[in-house]
Amino acid sequence: MKDVTGIKEIIKPENLVYKRSSVLTDNVFSYCPGCGHGTAHRILAEVIEEAGLQSETIGVAPVGCSVLLYEFMNVDVQQAAHGRAPAVATAIKRLLPEKFVFTYQGDGDLAAIGTAETIHACNRGENIMIIFINNGIYGMTGGQMAPTTLEGMKSSTSPYGRDIKLMGNPLKMTEIVATLPGTYFVTRQSVHTPANVKKTKKAMKKAVEYQKLNKGTCFIEIVSNCPSGWKMSPVESNKWMEENMFPFYPLGDLKVPAVE
Amino acid sequence: MMERELRLMKGNEAVAEAAIRAGADGYFGYPITPQSEILEYLMEANPYKTTGMVVLQAESEVAAINMVYGGAACGKKVMTSSSSPGISLKQEGISYIAGAELPCLIVNVVRAGPGLGTIQPSQCDYFQAVKGGGHGDYHLIVLAPASVQEMADFVELGFDLAFKYRNPVMILSDGAIGQMMEKVYLKPKKNRSTVIYDWATTGKPASRERNIITSLDLDPYAQEIHNQNLQAKYREVEKNEVRLEEFQTDDADYLLVAYGTSARVSQKAVQLARAEGIKVGLLRPITLYPFPSGRLKELSRQLKGILSVEMSAGQMVEDVLLSVSGKVPVSHFGRMGGVIPTPEEVVDSLKLKIIGG
Amino acid sequence: MTEEILIAGFGGQGILSMGKIMAYSGLMQDMEVSWMPSYGPEMRGGTANVTVIISSERISSPIIKSFDTVILLNQQSMDKFESSVKPGGILIYDNNGITRHPERKDITIYRVDAVEEASKMKSPKTFNMIVLGGFLKVKPVIRLENVVKGLKKSLPERHHNLIPMNEKALERGMEIIFKVR
Repeated sequence: MKDVTGIKEIIKPENLVYKRSSVLTDNVFSYCPGCGHGTAHRILAEVIEEAGLQSETIGVAPVGCSVLLYEFMNVDVQQAAHGRAPAVATAIKRLLPEKFVFTYQGDGDLAAIGTAETIHACNRGENIMIIFINNGIYGMTGGQMAPTTLEGMKSSTSPYGRDIKLMGNPLKMTEIVATLPGTYFVTRQSVHTPANVKKTKKAMKKAVEYQKLNKGTCFIEIVSNCPSGWKMSPVESNKWMEENMFPFYPLGDLKVPAVE
Repeated sequence: MMERELRLMKGNEAVAEAAIRAGADGYFGYPITPQSEILEYLMEANPYKTTGMVVLQAESEVAAINMVYGGAACGKKVMTSSSSPGISLKQEGISYIAGAELPCLIVNVVRAGPGLGTIQPSQCDYFQAVKGGGHGDYHLIVLAPASVQEMADFVELGFDLAFKYRNPVMILSDGAIGQMMEKVYLKPKKNRSTVIYDWATTGKPASRERNIITSLDLDPYAQEIHNQNLQAKYREVEKNEVRLEEFQTDDADYLLVAYGTSARVSQKAVQLARAEGIKVGLLRPITLYPFPSGRLKELSRQLKGILSVEMSAGQMVEDVLLSVSGKVPVSHFGRMGGVIPTPEEVVDSLKLKIIGG
Repeated sequence: MTEEILIAGFGGQGILSMGKIMAYSGLMQDMEVSWMPSYGPEMRGGTANVTVIISSERISSPIIKSFDTVILLNQQSMDKFESSVKPGGILIYDNNGITRHPERKDITIYRVDAVEEASKMKSPKTFNMIVLGGFLKVKPVIRLENVVKGLKKSLPERHHNLIPMNEKALERGMEIIFKVR
């Protein structure tokens, strides 16, 4: 067949500038279009691949949208009970201290039901990497209010907007764990633009290095979107995130090592 | 073979020492009376320095059982212990462990409930232990020690069964056996295992597919197959792992069925009743799941009546009834609230409910 | 041979450790032993009691209601446990702080004024060893040499220098115990 589109020319190996990470499986992401999870998974896979840690990695998946993380990441994965990933990871790392151990948790998992496990793992300084996806909503169960839902933000369990007098305040978990002596590196990033993806990837790379050096807990929050739960298009959701989420959850490092 | 070491120990201490000697890789616990000596003993013994065994005081029972999940999924010999209210908190994790088919050991030094109850010994958690405990169709293998010696021995047995079937095993003890000191022969220390299991999450080498430890299957048909496989495993366990002890059953007209502390009391009751000329024996289930139904059914042919003796309102008696399917009268005698029945009370109850009845 | 013993008194009087030494001593004599404490809040300052069974056979129930020997070291214990001595059994008590003396006629009653003696010996902590000495005089179920072995086993090594004093206390207890009736 004649190459009318010129695609065969384009896909020649010498033109290859990007390829799918070998730490991702061939399964197609089941996440909604425009959701940040897919990007976060991809860069996590790339970081593991680039560090040569595929055979050394044990991941812990949460309950929530990323419960099926193990369908997409080609590493050994344990699926934990809701909120318990930091406790699960604690034991893995203590029993297999040479391995690279991470948890990947959403805001409901990490900052509501798993608050105790999160704070105590961080406070003990467990030598693990915690990835915290904060999109201010329970995505998987259909858009209920999360601990991180902003004031006035609508969800299926705060249909008139979060009333802080009735429903409490949005919780800044990352600020809390940054105060704990056990955490070594705490940062808040996003994955909604190529520049932010680069920064998040860099943060993950640092966390990998710090874990090798037994420095303590590395905690990376990724402020993300939920187009379905927020009932917006992907583009609208990213814009809304910038305008509403970032002022309350400002991006940047919260805790960095004194001397690198 | 090295000689076994003789010690005088509390049941709780025996569990802890036996865990170190059995080559356990990790213990994760949280203090609660009457079992805190297990964590205390391990912290003092500091086995990390000698065998490399990890001992960690978790922030809660919930965290502790999930640490067990994490360690077990790495193919490690891990355990936790608690007492009734704490075991209730662990049930979510236990269900996940059973669902994900992970091996681990859980020690329940039972106290009386419901709620905060009292810290005195009880057997009121029988249903919770043998019928599952958490959500979903599953079973633990449940071992019921009746002495400090068995507290020690069942640690290694528990780990062996847990790994044989990739299933959580519970030692269902009580405050009396946990707190009591008796002599105990300890086995020589075993090295920790270096086996890397092909199902465990230990890091994926290029030579194998990734290992996934989960109890989730969103497809109901696939989940049903998983359930069927679990049930098939339980049938195997029921076939192979029934353990029991009999005392003076050969010529018995009547039978006491009792486990743990109640079995000790009942053994004395048998002696007292025999002194009065009543031909009574004792069947002591050592495994509560699998329950020794077959032997009970067999024995029921020679019996005029069975008394189930428990420190509860009558829980095991249901399994006794199921075992003999109405062929012989069955009754229950028990004390609750942390009260241990006396042998004399057992004899009186036998006369009242079975012989006179 | 089976000897079923209850010891009761104030928490902190060395009740549990006295029971422990008894149990260890039985162990040294190749006997079956069980030591069952009252545990819980009463450990922290209230009354404490411990059941010790020493037997040449396997011990069936470690929890019993009536005892061959009951050793009572305060009034609360006297009120609670006088009735727990088997008919024909033995009750041993310390006179210190006792306002109502034992009344039963179907048992043998001994007194060992160990609190007073321990303070005379200027070693109040050996109080429980004086009581134990008294017990062994009237119920020689364990040989003294095995008690000393038991002491060595149950005391941490840093306290082994206290063993001679404890031996002296045991002997003193044997001397001062007397039959009330």
